[in-house]
Amino acid sequence: MASEDSKLISLVEKASEGDRRSVGRLLTLVERGGDSAEQVAEATHTLSGKSHIIGITGAPGAGKSTLTACLARDLAVSEYKPAVLAVDPSSPLTGGAILGDRVRMEEASEAGAFIRSMATRGHAGGLALAVPGMVRVFDAFGFNPIIIETVGVGQVEVDVASAADTVVVVVTSGWGDAVQANKAGLLEIADLFVVNKADRPGASDARRDLELMIDLSQLTGQAVRRPEIVMTTATEGEGLDEFKKAIFEHKELLFEGEQISIRRSKRWKAEVRSRLDYLLSEVAKESIENLEEEKSSSPGAVARKIAKNLLKKDELR
Amino acid sequence: MNKKEDAPIRIVLAKLGLDGHDRGLKVVARMLRDAGMEVVYLGLRQTTEMVVTAVEQEDADAVGISMHNAGHLTLAPRIVKALEDAGLDVPVVVGGIVPESDLEAMSEAGVAGVLGPGSSAEDVATCVREAVAARGE
Ligand code: B12
Ligand SMILES: Nc1nc2c(ncn2[C@@H]2O[C@H](COP(=O)(O)OP(=O)(O)OP(=O)(O)O)[C@@H](O)[C@H]2O)c(=O)[nH]1
Ligand SMILES: [Mg+2]
Repeated sequence: MASEDSKLISLVEKASEGDRRSVGRLLTLVERGGDSAEQVAEATHTLSGKSHIIGITGAPGAGKSTLTACLARDLAVSEYKPAVLAVDPSSPLTGGAILGDRVRMEEASEAGAFIRSMATRGHAGGLALAVPGMVRVFDAFGFNPIIIETVGVGQVEVDVASAADTVVVVVTSGWGDAVQANKAGLLEIADLFVVNKADRPGASDARRDLELMIDLSQLTGQAVRRPEIVMTTATEGEGLDEFKKAIFEHKELLFEGEQISIRRSKRWKAEVRSRLDYLLSEVAKESIENLEEEKSSSPGAVARKIAKNLLKKDELR
Repeated sequence: MNKKEDAPIRIVLAKLGLDGHDRGLKVVARMLRDAGMEVVYLGLRQTTEMVVTAVEQEDADAVGISMHNAGHLTLAPRIVKALEDAGLDVPVVVGGIVPESDLEAMSEAGVAGVLGPGSSAEDVATCVREAVAARGE
């Protein structure tokens, strides 16, 4: 145990001196969970909180990676030290995953951005359970901004909203067709919209559809601030300057008022919640592992009985 | 707390230089995913430095290189050495077109396993698992 402790201390020390391999190892410790993850969390918690966290989300294939790569490269060649956390889905059957986002990030990597790929490992919501902890590692060791690319999402995977300071929703032409009200989830979390693949026909229609939807949500009072819309062709780097500008404007808006602390305390709570959910679901999993079928009781009644036992409560809400 | 037992193996897969045969690499990526591994796919036209950087940042447990352009006797040892020089203790496995007469040289160069055409999903997964397990000891 003592040697484990000193190993961790030396990793943290080396990471603070800029050793990227140690950062990579610390990320793994957090990703694996358990005791060492807690220790890394303790060690990095107080060092973090300085970085701007950008979340990039949108449908599969919308161009999230290409756009992330453009942004990270551009920042890396100027005065920033960006990191990217790119999340891809794990196969629910085998637990394996193909993490393919890095393919598009070669130039960003060569320019000095730290790129880390990860799998969801069974977590729903578009991110992995360990994302906030891994972001904290990057934050603690001076990476700024930190860009999170979510898995390709539909409309309900909106975890990124509580994980990032600035949420970018990437759409493409055709997105508007299937939209209607059911894209509300993504619509509500966006601080900034990117209509990517502007080189393709239909991009300006997509923009107009978006404007209409935003108008609507403004009418119903859902959105607080009208999100900006930027058009990009990520493969050509077109629109990148406007994209960057919009991100930095949102950042300034956040950091100049109380917004940032409100968001971050929400985030803190969301993270506690997601860890709690996880712990509880593990307990639930354990308690039904050897459960025998009771033909006479309904599944709901059995669940309530187990919950009462676990929580040592006589009554449930 | 042993990584090899409870966390999935993370492997970086790449092709080096101008060799455009990426069909095998794609097949292998699927095979390894289906064996429960996490595959960081780099794809075509990688350099030694790109592979080393990826291993470092991704904290990978293994590297898999697919080679079809008869460059394996130069490129494979170069990767093994570059990883060693960077202080990264990860095994390198190679697949593709490697003549039988080169197998000994590959092994001497520190390549942990070599597989050729017709390898099954089982062969591929076992090759990687054994290479990782051998390092873990
Ligand atoms: C399809 C093919 C092509 C396609 C490639 C398409 C693509 N995107 O991949 C095209 C037409 C483009 C092509 C072009 C060329 N090809 Co070609 N091609 C082939 C062919 C017929 C099949 C390769 C293949 O896809 N096999 C199917 C996959 C699934 O098998 P695999 O790659 O062997 O992978 C398996 C194992 O090797 C192993 N494996 C592979 N990688 C890895 C990695 C790891 C980590 C692990 C664990 C295992 C593993 O597991 C896989 C599953 O079993 C082979 C002949 C052959 N029989 O192999 C020639 C062959 C590879 N080509 C050859 C040549 C010379 C060329 C060309 C130079 C010119 C030419 N003569 O056509 C060009 C070069 C192009 C370039 N830029 O590099 C030669 C190579 C000779 C050599 N190395 O000594 C071969 C061997 C043909 C021959 N007998 O001459 N080719
Ligand atoms: N025409 C055009 N193609 C683009 C543009 N941006 C990205 N692409 C292409 O769209 C495809 C998907 O791009 P990615 O960046 O991988 O998309 P993604 O959203 O990260 O995809 P997932 O991570 O798989 O959900 C690639 O083939 C890109 O080259 C663009 O602006 N115009
Ligand atoms: Mg992507």
